[in-house]
Amino acid sequence: MRDLLAALTELRERLHEIPQADERRLQDLKTEILGRKAGALTKILAALPGLEPAAKKQVGGAANALKRDFEAAIAARERDLKRAPAAAAAGVDLTMPGRASWTGGLHLVTQVVNEICEIFHELGFTRAVGPHIETERYNFYALNFPKDHPALDAQDSFYLGGDLLLRTHTSPVQIRTLERYPPPVRVVIPGLAYRRDPFDASHSPVFEQIEGLAVDEGISFVDFKATLATFARRFFTADTRVRFRPSFFPFTEPSAEMDVQCQICGGTGCAACKQSGWMEILGSGMVHPAVLENCGVDSERYSGFAWGMGPDRIAMARHRIPDIRLLFDSDVRFLAQFAAGAKGGAR
Amino acid sequence: MIVSRRWLEALLGRALDARETADRLTMHVAPVDAVVPLHQDLGDIVVARVLEVKQHPNADRLTLCRVDAGVAGGPVEVVCGARNVQAGKSYPYAPVGAVLPGGARLERKAIRGVESNGMLCSAKELGLGDDHAGILELDTAAPPGSRFVDVVPVADHQIVIDVPANRPDLLGHKGVARELAALLGGAVKLPPIPGAGSAAPAGGDAALGGRRRAPSARGDGPARAAEPGVAAGPSGRVPSGVVDGVEVRLEDPEGAPRYMIAVIRGVKVASSPGWLARRLASIGQRPINNVVDATNYVLFEVNQPLHAFDLAKLRGPAVVVRRAQPNEKIVTLDGVERTLSPEMTAICDAARPTIIAGVMGSAESEVAASTTDLVLECAYFQPTRVRRTRRALGLSSESSYRFERGIDLLGMPESMRRAIELIIAVAGGEQREPWLDLWPQPVQEKTIFLRPERAAHLLGVATERAELERLLTSVGFFVAPKDGGSRLAVQVPGWRPDVTREVDLIEEAARLTGYDAFPDELRPYRPGTVPDAPVEQIKARVRERLAQAGFFEARTIPLGPGDGPEAVAVRNPLSADEALLRRRLIPGLVRRVEHNWANRNRDVRLFEIGVVFRTGQDRPEEWDSVAGVLTGARRPPHWSEGAKVPDMDIWDLKHHFELAVRVAAPSCDVQPARGGGGGWVAVQRGGEVAGWAGPLEADAPVWAAPLFGFEVRLEVMPPHPVPYRPLPTQPPVERDVALLVPAGVSAEAVSAVLARAAGPLLDRLAVFDEYHGPGVPAGHRSVAWHCTFRDPVRTLREREVDELLAGALQALEDELGVRRREG
Ligand SMILES: [Zn+2]
Repeated sequence: MRDLLAALTELRERLHEIPQADERRLQDLKTEILGRKAGALTKILAALPGLEPAAKKQVGGAANALKRDFEAAIAARERDLKRAPAAAAAGVDLTMPGRASWTGGLHLVTQVVNEICEIFHELGFTRAVGPHIETERYNFYALNFPKDHPALDAQDSFYLGGDLLLRTHTSPVQIRTLERYPPPVRVVIPGLAYRRDPFDASHSPVFEQIEGLAVDEGISFVDFKATLATFARRFFTADTRVRFRPSFFPFTEPSAEMDVQCQICGGTGCAACKQSGWMEILGSGMVHPAVLENCGVDSERYSGFAWGMGPDRIAMARHRIPDIRLLFDSDVRFLAQFAAGAKGGAR
Repeated sequence: MIVSRRWLEALLGRALDARETADRLTMHVAPVDAVVPLHQDLGDIVVARVLEVKQHPNADRLTLCRVDAGVAGGPVEVVCGARNVQAGKSYPYAPVGAVLPGGARLERKAIRGVESNGMLCSAKELGLGDDHAGILELDTAAPPGSRFVDVVPVADHQIVIDVPANRPDLLGHKGVARELAALLGGAVKLPPIPGAGSAAPAGGDAALGGRRRAPSARGDGPARAAEPGVAAGPSGRVPSGVVDGVEVRLEDPEGAPRYMIAVIRGVKVASSPGWLARRLASIGQRPINNVVDATNYVLFEVNQPLHAFDLAKLRGPAVVVRRAQPNEKIVTLDGVERTLSPEMTAICDAARPTIIAGVMGSAESEVAASTTDLVLECAYFQPTRVRRTRRALGLSSESSYRFERGIDLLGMPESMRRAIELIIAVAGGEQREPWLDLWPQPVQEKTIFLRPERAAHLLGVATERAELERLLTSVGFFVAPKDGGSRLAVQVPGWRPDVTREVDLIEEAARLTGYDAFPDELRPYRPGTVPDAPVEQIKARVRERLAQAGFFEARTIPLGPGDGPEAVAVRNPLSADEALLRRRLIPGLVRRVEHNWANRNRDVRLFEIGVVFRTGQDRPEEWDSVAGVLTGARRPPHWSEGAKVPDMDIWDLKHHFELAVRVAAPSCDVQPARGGGGGWVAVQRGGEVAGWAGPLEADAPVWAAPLFGFEVRLEVMPPHPVPYRPLPTQPPVERDVALLVPAGVSAEAVSAVLARAAGPLLDRLAVFDEYHGPGVPAGHRSVAWHCTFRDPVRTLREREVDELLAGALQALEDELGVRRREG
């Protein structure tokens, strides 16, 4: 019994080693003293049943107290080591990489779509969606395409039999929305569109589109210009120059194309903008009265504007991506570049 | 459409700056894609007169020319290899130091021992043609030393206009010039034809800016172009007539509402004069012969396709405009035999088709060197008919392109007159009888009413009536105020088939004013009635959760090679690999993983939210699906851990599948899939399977980790608020139990019995270990649970918990044969 008490006193001395121990030494001490089989203190505790009751109580009490002290000291030291390795152990290289977990992220085009929808949300537009498989009526005729318009050539659209086709733009959702909701209508319509263009550096048979539509009493060409110019300045930069020029779409009249100052050369002219200094961003115009009439909306009372743009191309222009196929390859090295956010990084 | 700056200048009678012209067109008319300078690189070339031609002393085939290039030092000696140089004539001369087309600088050098001071140039050396046999002889009285580009009008600009489908008038130089006249000031006038003689009148082109004459009000024809009256026969009879011995019958007035034929006899087919060849070359058209070039010139000038064919080849001689007969054959100009159908209009002689109306003529009737008598057709062909014919035959031409868009029905006589004058001027011959004009149902300009008030309302700025009048008049509309000025009656010229209603006129006013002139400040608006689409909100949430879980969002296309039955087929796919609409997202994502493997990316976690399709009862069905694929290390390796990080396995898959189901399809339960394949399914309350997860087959390199994937149908349900559950205030009592579970008993079943038998005080139950090996009887495994007991309102006693646990263990043994593992 005396031996045991002496051993306990000796062991208690070793408590002082713990606050200085590094990680490895701490593990060794733990095994040496508290180890399940050969730990010094474990052995003493294992010997207790063979002692007479008085000795058992005395030795047992001291041994358990010492065990608690060791456990507390080791736990405290472990916490210290985890919290500030450098403080305890000089020579730890703090330039070594930290411990990571996998990170994912949204596709660049999704981020651009979100940004665009967000800006239009600030301008009072909500999102609307519709089917990818459309009828010729919704895709063309209700949008005032004449029956023999070149766009109806089978070579430009994917047909599925009968008058069904994969929508060539998200514009049919304009019609579906106007049929379902009374004015005022202010919607943006994100989604895929399909055209029979084989993949190359600047074409893909499937692409993202955002269509927009505003219809109410008294909407004018000025409202149209103001809304889209405001969008451009919020999406690009506040001082981005914007211009509108005539164009032609069956479902708008007047029709316009909106260009913004080339984001690569700043307007001085480069290969990307074909030396024009401008980048074509969207096709647009005042809603053609025939479209309103096709949806049962009184075209004398109501007017509106509509536009369509390609987030793939806008993303390519803004982030200087040379080949549209990169957007569809889904190479994780590409996706990781924009995973932390397409905007907000250092220049 | 390529237009030539010089050609526009000739029509406008003023000089144009190419860049400014392009900008004006872009901002007010139609976008200009490019401005291409032509022969601007000849600035160093001058006109030189050859004074004397001698034999080169050392070479038989070379000559020495003494040349006056107008320089102060007097004539110089030039070595020349061509045989056509004659004393007394003028040639283009490149002095030493001149930069030639292509950028090379001309050096002084000796040729066969004689020093040559510069060179005389061939057309090819100047980039003006393929002729390099002889030096280009200049027909000019300009003094030696004059700049070549000032003497020969080759320096030009091509302005490439992207003409929209609704503006056929811009497919001719005259239409473009008309717009420029409105924007820059001035009037458009067809330029006189060189060599047409002083008797050639200007024709009715002077007043383009003003009102057009009504179709029936005809002026005197030009000296050589005799005009007819209109043969508008009573209905029911075939419109027909005879011109200079040629019988013309219009049997298909639907296909050809207006049809004109002239006969010109005694032409001499030859090369075009320089001015005509240069005009066509300046817009990239290859000159062919004087007759064909003349018709092409008129085509590009006034946008009227014309067809000249050989009278001698016409059986009859007759010209019959009719629908083609089934399987009628014609060999077109390009030497290909085409089979016609009654959907097409054909121009025939007494026996067979000689022209596919509006598309292309036959090789047989083509104007050739031997042609002396011409039949000249000037027609309006029905746009839809031409489009269908073009599509059916897969054959398009400059003519079909224009007829499809609609030409100026009312301007045809002017075009015909211009063409006859031009042909006679460049090829000789005479028109002995007035041309025949078959127009069974004449039409006039349409009239549209424009309310200035409506224009102001739609454009958002006040618009003066006088300004509207001025703008519309400037591009050829005739405007007359009505009802005291509250409306304008606007007559639409024949070249603007696109203008059919009031709003079209408002667009004209807006674009001519310039869109940039309108203000763009935000004005108040009313919020809309359409709620934000719930599916977009759900998709955004799912994307966010999966991205947080370490997945990158992929974008694949919904077209693929087909992945099973019920796939919707595309009737006209681009390729067999993209012939079917996807039924699932997984196959597309697997291809993306393979692409990543090909680029040596080993750790790949991708997800996609996208549309999938399936054949349906009446029409195909479509819905949104969410899928993910995962392969590679479970987490990024860290140096402190040394050894390789383990690869993801089915348990990583299960976790992510459950995560996806929880957020994308919350009504579903994840269950082990039945049947031996392994994996899990997501099952809706009704028992319908809405998702699947499991290992995937792929074309994997040897170093790749196993690939797993999951997919579940996106549910669009109104989100409901998550209710708060009070946080526990009482301490837990915890117990670990290792259980011997016989084969065929699932962990889920054991958990269910434990939970039920222990009752509500068992707060949490979690598996923390599974063990096979010594101490575990055959046909069993040991699974360990961590049980947390808690009473919400009082502190549990250890005894109580031990009793509850004992009861639960007894139930396990009774119901499932599961016993506690001892030791
Ligand atoms: Zn640029």
